[in-house]
Amino acid sequence: MENTIVKAENYNSYFGDNHVVKDVNISINKNEVIAVMGPSGCGKTTFLRGINRMHELIPGATSKGKILLDGQNVYDMNAIYVRAKIGMVFQRPNPFPNLSIYENVVAGYLLNGIKVSKADKDVIVERSLTSAALWKEVKDSLHKKGTFLSGGQQQRLCIARAIAMQPELILFDEPTSALDPISTSSVEQLFHELKANYTLIIVTHNMQQAARVSDRTAFFYMGELVEFDDTKQMFTNPADQRTQNYITGRFS
Amino acid sequence: MEAKIGFRNTKSVIFKGIVVFFAFVITLPLIIVLIYIIKQGITQVNWHFLTNVPAPVGEKGGGILNALWGSFLMVMVAAVVAIPVGMAAGIYLSENPRTKLAYYSGLCVDILQGVPSIVVGIVVYFWIVKPLGTFSALSGSLALAIMMLPIVIRSTEQTLRLLPDSLKEAALSLGVPYHRVILKVIVPCGFAGILSGITLSIARVIGETAPLLFTAFGNPYLSSSLTKPMESLPHLIFTYATSPYDDWHNLAWGASFILLMFVLILNIVTKVITRKWKIQL
Repeated sequence: MENTIVKAENYNSYFGDNHVVKDVNISINKNEVIAVMGPSGCGKTTFLRGINRMHELIPGATSKGKILLDGQNVYDMNAIYVRAKIGMVFQRPNPFPNLSIYENVVAGYLLNGIKVSKADKDVIVERSLTSAALWKEVKDSLHKKGTFLSGGQQQRLCIARAIAMQPELILFDEPTSALDPISTSSVEQLFHELKANYTLIIVTHNMQQAARVSDRTAFFYMGELVEFDDTKQMFTNPADQRTQNYITGRFS
Repeated sequence: MEAKIGFRNTKSVIFKGIVVFFAFVITLPLIIVLIYIIKQGITQVNWHFLTNVPAPVGEKGGGILNALWGSFLMVMVAAVVAIPVGMAAGIYLSENPRTKLAYYSGLCVDILQGVPSIVVGIVVYFWIVKPLGTFSALSGSLALAIMMLPIVIRSTEQTLRLLPDSLKEAALSLGVPYHRVILKVIVPCGFAGILSGITLSIARVIGETAPLLFTAFGNPYLSSSLTKPMESLPHLIFTYATSPYDDWHNLAWGASFILLMFVLILNIVTKVITRKWKIQL
């Protein structure tokens, strides 16, 4: 399909001898919100980190198979280029504590030594913070340190930081698991707005969240991709017994 | 039972008393030394004392300019050598704690910290002074740099190790190459810790006499040449305090006072840096 942005072909990941992600084949379309769910230790985060080649940074971690980004295998590209092209938001908000809110948003440019004029930076900062639904709250304190913000604001700052690099695809690794319910709902709200311009892959172990935010859901179990289908379909009429067991809470 | 509990409480009170007493007692040596040196030294210190070289025996006046300048110069050169090397090693140790190289170089750092300073002096004497045939400030600086290294390495390592991995991941996920992650994110975030390690190491070596005895040696004249012998504060104190002349003893007291003030100020600066510049994670 030409609309495909990410495609995994027989993708496997390992930690040493431990086979964590097994033969995953998946195809994700542009401007979709994909939820990746499954019990702890099922390989969902490892799979996610394989997409932007963060997995291999862990000592002993390896992978096999292909992940195609716009038809090109990311494992044939320069890892640094891949990571710059794909945005990522982590479990815990991790703004750079030595940088101001403003600098945090343009951190991808600053830290990579990419020269951007002050005027362009101003535009990037305002646009990114607006997309991350944070602009109104911080526009008067752009030069304060990012770590003074609340947890939910910090996470939206991290989303703005990812957006600023103009990626097509943003990966979220359990982005709300360290946030309170109000911050969580503000971030979830954001997913709906981001969908217009970006493709989102969201790892979550919260089923309700998967159901609320995603168009399609992938269910991982013991390193396998068990089922990948429309979210509604999966939650109302799962094809696989294991998916049904998980959704009905027979194991977690 | 009642009586027993009363006895236990008494024991606790006595124990607490002993701990408080010794916590107080250990401050005494410093206070006594401070008072004594201030009393003996402060009367010697004036502008003339700070801006003149020592006077020959029999002449009035004289100062410690040569030693002040020499100590400053040698410590600066030592810092220029020790800071980049120490920081690089510290970064390696914190980034790769489980490698064999890290194990052995970590062990060497610990041992180096325990090597008596006079031994460092002798080794540098055989490495540099003997082949070159002359005492030199440069060899003194090298000896001081070796003394500074373990402190810089360990403080860098320990500061950086406390930074969460999530910080590094944040930068890496933006496509920032590893060397920039270290130089632009990790080191700036640990800056206060590293800097306080540096000031502490300077405070540590500025008063070292032993490594300079066979290396920088000493020089009664003002000298800025790194290839010639150079005076330093601790060495001046050593020579003048062991001399038989009262004038020279006074000079040594004044120099001790100045040296003590340096160490005191450096330690206070270190505390301020850690408190003020510490980055809130």
